[in-house]
Amino acid sequence: MSEEIKISTPLDESIVQQLKAGDSVKISGYIYTGRDAAHKRLIELIKEDKDLPFPVKGQIIYYVGPAPAKPGYACGPAGPTTSYRMDPYTPALLDKGLKGMIGKGLRSKEVIESMKKNKAVYFAAIGGAAALIAQSIKKSEVIAYPDLGAEAIHRYFIEDFPAIVCIDSYGNNLYESEPPKYRK
Amino acid sequence: MRKIEASKISDKVKELFLQANFHIGQDVLDALEKSLQSEKSKVGQDALKMIIENNHLASSKELAICQDTGLAVLFIEIGQEVSIINGDYNKAINQGVEEAYQEGYLRKSVVDDPVFERKNTKKNTPAFIYNDIVPGDKIKILVMPKGFGSENMSSLAMLTAAHGAQGIVDFIVDTVRKAGPNPCPPTVLGVGIGGTADKAMVTAKKAIARPIGEHNSNSKYAQMEKEALKKINQLGIGPAGLGGTTTALAVNIDYLPTHIAGMPVAVNVCCHATRHAFGEI
Repeated sequence: MSEEIKISTPLDESIVQQLKAGDSVKISGYIYTGRDAAHKRLIELIKEDKDLPFPVKGQIIYYVGPAPAKPGYACGPAGPTTSYRMDPYTPALLDKGLKGMIGKGLRSKEVIESMKKNKAVYFAAIGGAAALIAQSIKKSEVIAYPDLGAEAIHRYFIEDFPAIVCIDSYGNNLYESEPPKYRK
Repeated sequence: MRKIEASKISDKVKELFLQANFHIGQDVLDALEKSLQSEKSKVGQDALKMIIENNHLASSKELAICQDTGLAVLFIEIGQEVSIINGDYNKAINQGVEEAYQEGYLRKSVVDDPVFERKNTKKNTPAFIYNDIVPGDKIKILVMPKGFGSENMSSLAMLTAAHGAQGIVDFIVDTVRKAGPNPCPPTVLGVGIGGTADKAMVTAKKAIARPIGEHNSNSKYAQMEKEALKKINQLGIGPAGLGGTTTALAVNIDYLPTHIAGMPVAVNVCCHATRHAFGEI
């Protein structure tokens, strides 16, 4: 575990390559949200060779379906959802230049291989810490698929969003390296 | 007969879902604080601190603890001397759920058709209701907003007598091992043993609501709970799955009679946001 590292979006390759599994990061800048339903539509666009609703190059997608915002709040509680549901769609987005993903839980071999090939990073946020995480989301707007409700693609402006580098661009994976240290 | 207005049921259901989604139980908070003292991993400690801070923040500001405010599951005991008047019982419950999720800024997470349309019903209904008719003139309501990150990690095994207690403990531990970081550990495991395939899982789900630290009154089952919990916490998965000694907060087993040929075991997994609330009319 190293010192906390501050990073901001968009991410370029040199920053991604400096991040190592276990690094604690605070992320700032614009990020985009997406869950299964939005991913499915993005992949359909890629297959049809059409433009995506936002430029994915260098960006981070946060796997989240927020709760509605109470009056006076920029965003409702917004913790990470389980990432493996996005696995079938992820390599195509990485090929398009996506540099980061924030979620929780395991990723498939295909995703990790694609992350290595495309130099991308997977951040873990703490699942279930939704109200706390939402404090770092300063602005939220729906930029695509409003019909999907909480599953629509939102653009967030975040400040010091807390996350941990879980799988780095070299394929080092905290979910594999850490548990054996505490296993009996 | 004691007459109860259907609208009273709506009001109570609404109140309980709001309470459950904003305020985590003291038993869960205590268990998290206790595990923070014993957790060996620094990252694990940090994750636990965030979870605890989040629970306090959600409670003080009346915000949802988790954005996944769950499917609305209810276990209801209806006294046989109760007559429900001026409304439809099931509609009244769904009305209460809808109002709680609308007015409490809770996420609506129900899709109407699981395979093809997957269209959000926008009300977080229908609710999933288990009714029991019991003696008396009260209606007792246990509500459980059930998140799906953990629900997806649940598992059923149709074991046989030969597997014995050891086979059951192994199955519980294996379910948690396979789930890894996905169900937002530290988890609470509800386990139902016996009955039928369906009844075992319903029993497992209800067992999640048992206060943490309370064990099965049958000492043999209590022993299984303790053994399974110990083995789970030796898996190393840890808080948020990032490694550590706190993988589960409790294993709650309930059992019921079953067929001579079988021994169903259901494990219903719940995240650290083990939310439920109880009330009576």
